[in-house]
Amino acid sequence: MSAAAKIETARQPVLEMRHISKTFGAIRALHDVSLSVHAGELHALMGENGAGKSTLMKVLSGAYRPDAGGEILIDGMPAATGDPIKARASGVAVIYQELSLAPNLTVAQNIFLGNEPRRFGIVDRDQCTRRAREIIQRLGVSFSARDIVSGLSLGERQLVEIARALSTNARIIVMDEPTTSLTSRETDRLFEVIATLKSQGIAIIYISHRMEEVYQLADRVSVLRDSGYVGTLERAELSASRLVSMMVGRDLSAFYKKDHRPPDEKRAVALSVRGISDGRLLKNCSLELHKGEVLALAGLVGSGRTELARLIFGADRRTSGTLELDGKPISIGSPREALDAGIAYLTEDRKELGLFLDMSISDNISMGVLARDASAGGLRDFAAAERRASKAVADLSIRTGSVQANAGSLSGGNQQKVLLARLLETEPKVVILDEPTRGVDVGAKSEIYRLIDNLAKRGIAILMISSELPEVIGVADRVLVMRDGTISGEVTASEGQPLSQEKIMELATGAAQR
Amino acid sequence: MTDKATEISAGGQATGTSRRLRTAIAALGMLPVLILLAAGFQFLNPRFLTETNLLIVTQQSSINIVLAAGMTFVILTGGIDLSVGAILAASAMAAVMVSLVPDWGLLGVPAAILVGLGFGLINGLLIAYIKLPPFIVTLGSLTAVRGVARLLGQDTTVFNSDLPFDFIGNGSLFGIPWLVIIALSVVVLSWLVLKRTVLGTWIYAVGGNAEAARLTGIKVPLVLLFVYGVSGLLAGLGGAMSAARLYAANGLQLGQSYELDAIAAVILGGTSFVGGVGSIWGTLIGGLIIAVLSNGLILAGVSDIWQYIIKGLVIIVAVALDRYRLQAGART
Repeated sequence: MSAAAKIETARQPVLEMRHISKTFGAIRALHDVSLSVHAGELHALMGENGAGKSTLMKVLSGAYRPDAGGEILIDGMPAATGDPIKARASGVAVIYQELSLAPNLTVAQNIFLGNEPRRFGIVDRDQCTRRAREIIQRLGVSFSARDIVSGLSLGERQLVEIARALSTNARIIVMDEPTTSLTSRETDRLFEVIATLKSQGIAIIYISHRMEEVYQLADRVSVLRDSGYVGTLERAELSASRLVSMMVGRDLSAFYKKDHRPPDEKRAVALSVRGISDGRLLKNCSLELHKGEVLALAGLVGSGRTELARLIFGADRRTSGTLELDGKPISIGSPREALDAGIAYLTEDRKELGLFLDMSISDNISMGVLARDASAGGLRDFAAAERRASKAVADLSIRTGSVQANAGSLSGGNQQKVLLARLLETEPKVVILDEPTRGVDVGAKSEIYRLIDNLAKRGIAILMISSELPEVIGVADRVLVMRDGTISGEVTASEGQPLSQEKIMELATGAAQR
Repeated sequence: MTDKATEISAGGQATGTSRRLRTAIAALGMLPVLILLAAGFQFLNPRFLTETNLLIVTQQSSINIVLAAGMTFVILTGGIDLSVGAILAASAMAAVMVSLVPDWGLLGVPAAILVGLGFGLINGLLIAYIKLPPFIVTLGSLTAVRGVARLLGQDTTVFNSDLPFDFIGNGSLFGIPWLVIIALSVVVLSWLVLKRTVLGTWIYAVGGNAEAARLTGIKVPLVLLFVYGVSGLLAGLGGAMSAARLYAANGLQLGQSYELDAIAAVILGGTSFVGGVGSIWGTLIGGLIIAVLSNGLILAGVSDIWQYIIKGLVIIVAVALDRYRLQAGART
């Protein structure tokens, strides 16, 4: 009997999911997946987009009923399946990414929303506040039960959701990419709360794409791939290469790709930005971007990276400063002018700001160059759009049945490739990529890195915003770090030394000056 | 977030096809309703499906279909134009007044169209460049333009029994009324613009995601100016058609609540109220349903009070269908 098996017999898992399968019509979303979670354990669930993580959690929360043969045991007892209310009653709570709080109510009201303590049929506000305070104290957070939720930050709102879960005596809490929209300070706060929860014997199932978080937090990691269960690693067995190969089913020896020649001093400047401000956050930002260079813009969330990118692209109004492209001053007042000059921008929020979800992949890819393709009367050239789309689908290996399918039907990684294809169709000289691999699975990530490398080889200048330091270090030639709306410093690779993660963090947090 | 989207659509092609199927159903979904309605009315009154009556139905629907075509452009961008009824009245006034000018009477038609275009462009400028909400702007112009229409004729009805362009309202070509020919031409032209031109694709893009459209380099304000201009222009054309039919125009009464019929036709035709999804063929069917409903109810002897109630309920059912379709779309 192995050591792990001994532990299993000694400690009964609080949750066991056995032989869970789920099919939707002809599509198999889960196939014979089993998962066991112990009290006080943080069990990370990893896998590419589409691997089946969310479906598995929906089965757990009762949103979906598993196919016959699958069962869920809580404390060793078979639990009802396919019933969200019973699942909650048995102690399962899911913290959703799209927070489901009522912004105009207080923290206490939100915690007990739909479950208010009553006296004589009337909501007992005193008890509401008192019990909310107890829970908040248990979490050790800084806001009060009487605060209005709309005044709280995203991170704090997430903690309110956790408090709400605790109010129903949840013992198994599912967190689905909880740090996606948090600043690093809020992330630290969340991690402290997670430690508190664990010490109180609560089991946490933690879905994340971020390796660093998983290393930091996980007691065990289970990996799903192609709707099936791949394996579970104990904390001691964790390694990046092992996890990645489990997730993609092959060894990704060259995950980050940096084949292009890093530019030297002599390489021509493609874009030069001098002292631009937006009158709000950004103050006097300057940078020089060379041809064939990948320049990363690092910094904490809220440091002004996206704002700077949008300002260069003409998406927001600039109050001061000048731009030069290839040594010539250019005036950019709108995205149209930026695109005409040869500057393209990939948004960080592909669903809200990038894609036309109800339109075809082909239209999405050609959207920026429709006028260029059109005949004299402004008539569409559908053949040209089809050609561009088919070429892009082949070049970027976009996985779709037809270029006429709606963009909304694609997975996150393929949607991102559609946006990249649209950007490339404009034949830019300067490309600004804002979090190019956010919410994208490992396989697509590696393909996007290869694409970035190829663009740099072709002499295109690339400014890449990224919150993932390994990505910054793996892909960029040089790093500018932003803090509080200014560029706080530059990190370069010198004498064969790779870019320093510590230096970047120091500049981003201001630790160097303290 | 992305997970949910992708895990369900594991087979990209299957979902793409079913989505397209759903879009097609949404566009043509009202065609069976139209056929059922026609069959039902025929059952109630055998005079319904006669050549004469069908010509009357199409003729009666023609002005609404012209207005609804313009409204389709506007609603596809996620906007609304409440002022088309008032613009129609003002344009009809202009048409009849110009028609009274000796020798130059034919210019009544272009005059009406230009007046409509002018008001539409004013709406468009306020919405696109001053960035006021379309509902507010066109609610304002609904009232203000109605006032202008009354002012034009000193609040009286203007007549011209010798209207030089009366063939538009009462003549036919090879047995088909000119009103019907004009309405069909407007529908075909609209289809051409929406589905075959760059501008048309931009209209769908702006309605689908205005901010993404701007970041893609589309000049969103120009697109908005265009759609409100088209809506106004077609309301002007509707004014000329109306004047030609009646040999008269009245600033107070003409075109009252026409905007509601136009909106109802668009929504019945499956165009999404939030923009980005819809087709002009759906609008044509929607307009015909409204006309069949009015005509059939009269032939069935339903009082005009009940006609109002039934037409109103149809609009509500249409919006309910719109909501249902959006939910169906959100599932993928």
